[in-house]
Amino acid sequence: MRFLRAFTRNPKAATGAVLLAAFVVLALFPGLFAHDSPTAELYQRNLGPSAQHLFGTTGLGQDIFAQAVYGTQQVLIIAFGAGLASTVIAAAIGVAAAYLGGFWDAILSLFTDVVLVIPLFPLLIVIAAYVHNSGTTVMIAVLTFTGWSYTARQLRSQALSLRNRDFLAAAKVRGERARYVIVVEILPTMISLLVAAFLTNALYDVLFASSLQFIGLGDPNSTSWGTMLYWAQNNEALQAGYYLQAIVPGACIALLGASFALLNYAFDEIGNPALRPVRRRRQRALLVRRLSRA
Amino acid sequence: MLEVSGLTVEYATGKAPVLAVDDVSFSVEDGEFLGIVGESGCGKSTLLFAMAQLLSPPAQITAGSVTFSGKNLVGMTDKQLSALRWQKLSVVMQSAMNALNPVKSVAAQFADALRAHGMTSRKAIAGRSAEVLRLVGVDPVHLKSFPHQLSGGMRQRAMIAMALLFTPELVIMDEPTSALDVVAQRSLMVQIKELQRELGFAIVFVTHDMSLVSHFSDRLMVMYAGQVAELGGTRQIFDNPLHPYSKGLLEAFPGIRGPKVPLKGIPGAPPDLSIVQNGCRFLPRCPQRLDECATTAPELVPRDGSTVRCLLYAGACTNAQPSTGAKK
Amino acid sequence: MTELLRAENLTRHFKIGGSLSRRTLHAVDGVTFSIGEREIVALAGESGSGKSTVARLLARVYRPTRGQILYEGKPITQIRSRKAALAYSARVPMVFQDPFSSLNPVFRVSHGVLRVLKLHRPELSGHARQAEAERVFDVVGLGADMLQRFPHELSGGQRQRVGFAQALATKPKLILADEPVSMLDVSIRIGLLNLMTKLRDEEGVSILYITHDIASARYVADRLIVMYAGQIAESGPIEDVLGDPKHPYTQLLLSAVPDPKAPPPSLAALAAASGERGEPPKVIDPTPGCRFQPRCPVAIDACKTVTPELTAAVVEDEAFGATGAGVMAVREVACHVAQTGAEVKAFT
Repeated sequence: MRFLRAFTRNPKAATGAVLLAAFVVLALFPGLFAHDSPTAELYQRNLGPSAQHLFGTTGLGQDIFAQAVYGTQQVLIIAFGAGLASTVIAAAIGVAAAYLGGFWDAILSLFTDVVLVIPLFPLLIVIAAYVHNSGTTVMIAVLTFTGWSYTARQLRSQALSLRNRDFLAAAKVRGERARYVIVVEILPTMISLLVAAFLTNALYDVLFASSLQFIGLGDPNSTSWGTMLYWAQNNEALQAGYYLQAIVPGACIALLGASFALLNYAFDEIGNPALRPVRRRRQRALLVRRLSRA
Repeated sequence: MLEVSGLTVEYATGKAPVLAVDDVSFSVEDGEFLGIVGESGCGKSTLLFAMAQLLSPPAQITAGSVTFSGKNLVGMTDKQLSALRWQKLSVVMQSAMNALNPVKSVAAQFADALRAHGMTSRKAIAGRSAEVLRLVGVDPVHLKSFPHQLSGGMRQRAMIAMALLFTPELVIMDEPTSALDVVAQRSLMVQIKELQRELGFAIVFVTHDMSLVSHFSDRLMVMYAGQVAELGGTRQIFDNPLHPYSKGLLEAFPGIRGPKVPLKGIPGAPPDLSIVQNGCRFLPRCPQRLDECATTAPELVPRDGSTVRCLLYAGACTNAQPSTGAKK
Repeated sequence: MTELLRAENLTRHFKIGGSLSRRTLHAVDGVTFSIGEREIVALAGESGSGKSTVARLLARVYRPTRGQILYEGKPITQIRSRKAALAYSARVPMVFQDPFSSLNPVFRVSHGVLRVLKLHRPELSGHARQAEAERVFDVVGLGADMLQRFPHELSGGQRQRVGFAQALATKPKLILADEPVSMLDVSIRIGLLNLMTKLRDEEGVSILYITHDIASARYVADRLIVMYAGQIAESGPIEDVLGDPKHPYTQLLLSAVPDPKAPPPSLAALAAASGERGEPPKVIDPTPGCRFQPRCPVAIDACKTVTPELTAAVVEDEAFGATGAGVMAVREVACHVAQTGAEVKAFT
C-alpha cells in the first residue's frame, strides 16, 4: 500500500516503530530477557551494574533490569488501554456532536467543556488518593475519564470541517441513516487524526500514570516504572549516589514516550493527501496529477 | 518594457523535479494588455508568481530571466525588489477579495501600502486613497468599511485600487474576476480597460476563461502543460487559431447566439508533468496528430504574425530539428 | 407531456444573525414551476439567486417554509416513512457541484454506487449489484475497470461522471444536477454536457440543470427558468427566452455574456455597459415590490411597491421545439412592464 511505503521511508516513523516494537516484545516475553524475578529481594542491596545485574539492584535487593523489563507490561497496558478508551469515547462524542449539530451539539459540547475545564492533574490526584490500592484498571479508568475531553474537542472540529463535504450530503440524500454516515463515511476519513489522537493520549497516559505512581498514588507493590521511581525516591537513591535506580525507569519512560511522539510526527507528515481540503483548481490539478498513476 | 525570456520553474518533489513552467518567453509593450489563458495545471499561475518573484520552495526558477525596465528581476534581493514593487509593478491575486485583511478597514490597508513605500503625510495618504477608490468607481465613503461589509465586486475593485496606488507601469492580475457573477465580471473588465486607457499601464491578465479576455486583450498567450502553445494577436487567434489546443478550446465554448451545433470538447486530461515527455505534450488529446509528434518535441515557430508550438507548422524545419524532449 | 414534478409557491427562509436576531433571509420566495418527462430544464441565476436552495428543497435536504412540492401528484412534504423517503430519493437523486469533495476519498469509487444499489434495490444479489454498477459506469462513459480506482486517481471530469453513475443506479426519473460542470475545465465540460443529453435521449431521464452559465444551459436544455433574488424572473422554451428575452434581468444577463466570436464592442458600448455593476439584490427582509427594480432602467411606479407575479406572457402560436405544445411550453414572465404587453428593451 502506498501508505505503508511512505511510512517505512520516513525516518521518524521507522525509529518510533522500532522502539515501540521493542517495548512490546519486552512486555510480551519478559522471561526471555530477564532471568530474575522483579520482586524477589534476593540480592545484595544497592549494587552497581555488573554482569549478573545489568543495571544493578534496588534498595531492597531487587534486580533493576528485571524490574524494568517486567514493568513494561503494566505501562503498556495502561498506555494502550487508557489511550484507546479515551480516543473511542472522544470520537463518539466529538463526531456525533459535529454531525448532529444544533441541540445535540450544544449539549454534548457543554458536557465536553465542563470536563475539559476541570484541572487535570489535581483531579487525578484527588481521585487516585480517594481510591486506595488503585490497580491497573482503576488507573486506566481515571486516565480515561480525564483524558477524553480534549480529544473530543479536536475531533469535533475536524468533523465540522468535513460536514460540508459533498460526499456527506450525497450520503444523506441517497437515504443513509445518521449512524451509518458517522461510522462509515466520516470516521474513516479521520483515521490519521484518530491515530494521532490515540498516540498523544497514550503518551500522556504513560507520563501521568508514572507521575501518579511516583508520588505514591499507585500500587507501590506492583511492578512498574513509576513505582520504581517511587521506591528510588524512598531510598533517596540520587542523593546516595545509586543513580541507576532512578535513571533506568526514567529512561524507559522517556524512550516509550519518544516512540509515541515520533510515530505521531510521522503520521502528521505523511497524512492522507487525498484528504487535504485544497480549494483552488490549480493546486488540485497538480495534486491529482502527482498522485495519478494512469 | 517587460521581457520574459526562457523562464523555467521547477517544483522539487521527492522524485524527478516537475517542470511547472518550461522555457516560456514573451514580451509586453508599454500600455499593452496581454492575456494568458490555459486550464488547470498549465502553469499560468506559477508563471505569474515567478514573474513577480513570489515563488517559495519547493518551487524555484531554474532558468531564464524576467527583464523589467531594463533590470533582471530574477536573483534580485528583497531590498532591490521592494524598490520596484508597487511603484513600478503591482500584483492583483486570485480571489483577491479573500486576500484583504478582514480585521482592518480599507483605509488602513491602503495606508499600510502607502507608508511602506515612502508616503508619510496623513493628508497625502487620505487624499491618494480616496482618489484611487474613485478611479475604480467606488465611493470613497467606503474607506471606513471593513472587507466583509463590501460586496464581492467592490472588494475586487478595492484590490485593484490598491494595486494602482502608485500608478505602476505594469499590473499583473491572476484571475481577478473568477469569483464574480457574469454581470459584475463584465463591469469590472470594462473598468480595468478604462483605467488602462486613462493611466497607461500595461496589464498581464491570467485567466482560464478565454472568452473573458476576448474583447479586452491586445495579445493572447495560450499555455498548455507548462509551455507556450500559441502567442499572437487576440483577434487573430480567435478568428484563426493555429494550435489544435487553441482550436479545441475555442470550440469548447457553446455559443449564446447563432445555430446550436454539437460540440466535442477536448477529451482526456493534461499530462503528468513529473513524467518527462518525448515529443509533443498535447499528443494524447490531439485530433490532428502526425507520426513525428510522438518523438519530436515541437519548437515555437512564427506563422502569420503569431508563434505556435506545433509540428503542423514546422514546415521545412522538421527534419533538421533534433529531438529536444529532454529539457534540463 | 406528462408532468413529473411540480413546485407550487415554494418558499424557504433562513433565520440569520444571532439567536436573538429576527432577520430572515428569503432564499426562495414563491417559486412555481414544473418539470416534465424526458426534458432538461435549466435553472439559471447568479449566486444568491436561490437556485441551489431550490435543488436542496427538491432533494428534501431542507423543508419548505411555505408552499409544496408534488412528485407525480403527491406532495413530498408528507413523506413520513423511511420506505417512502427512500423511494423518492431513488427517483429524484442529486449530483453535486464539487468533484473534489463529492466522493469519499477513503473508499473506491464503486462504494457510492454499490451503497445506492444496496439501499434502493435490495432485491438484487451481490453479483447483480456488481453487474449493475458496471452497467451504469459504462453508460456514463467510464470503463468497468474504473470501479476499483480511488477518487484521487480520477480527474475532475471522471469524478463527475461517477456522480452521474451513482444517480443512474436507482433508475431515476429526474436528476437534480447542481452546477455539475462549474468546477471543471472548459474543455472537459462539453463531455459532461453531452452525457446529460445522452441520458435524456437514451435513458429517458429528466434533468434539472442548475447553473450560472447561460451558454451551457442553451447547449443542453429544452426549457429555461431564470431566477433572481429568490424568485423566478422568466421561464419558457430556451430558444424563445434567449432569442426574445422579456424580463430586463434576462436581457442584462444575455448582454453580459461574452461572445468570443462576435466583434469586440465599441468604446461607447463599453461605456454604456459599465453603469451596470452587478451589485447583489436585497434578500434579507425584503419589502414588497420588484427586487430588480433598483437596477432596472425601465422600471415604472408599480415596480417599487407591487411584487410582480409570474404570469403567462403572450404566447406566440408556433411549434415549441422539442418539448411539444402543452402547458409547459408557455412563456412566463414576472415583470410589470412586460405584462402590459409593451416591448421591453432594457439592456442590449
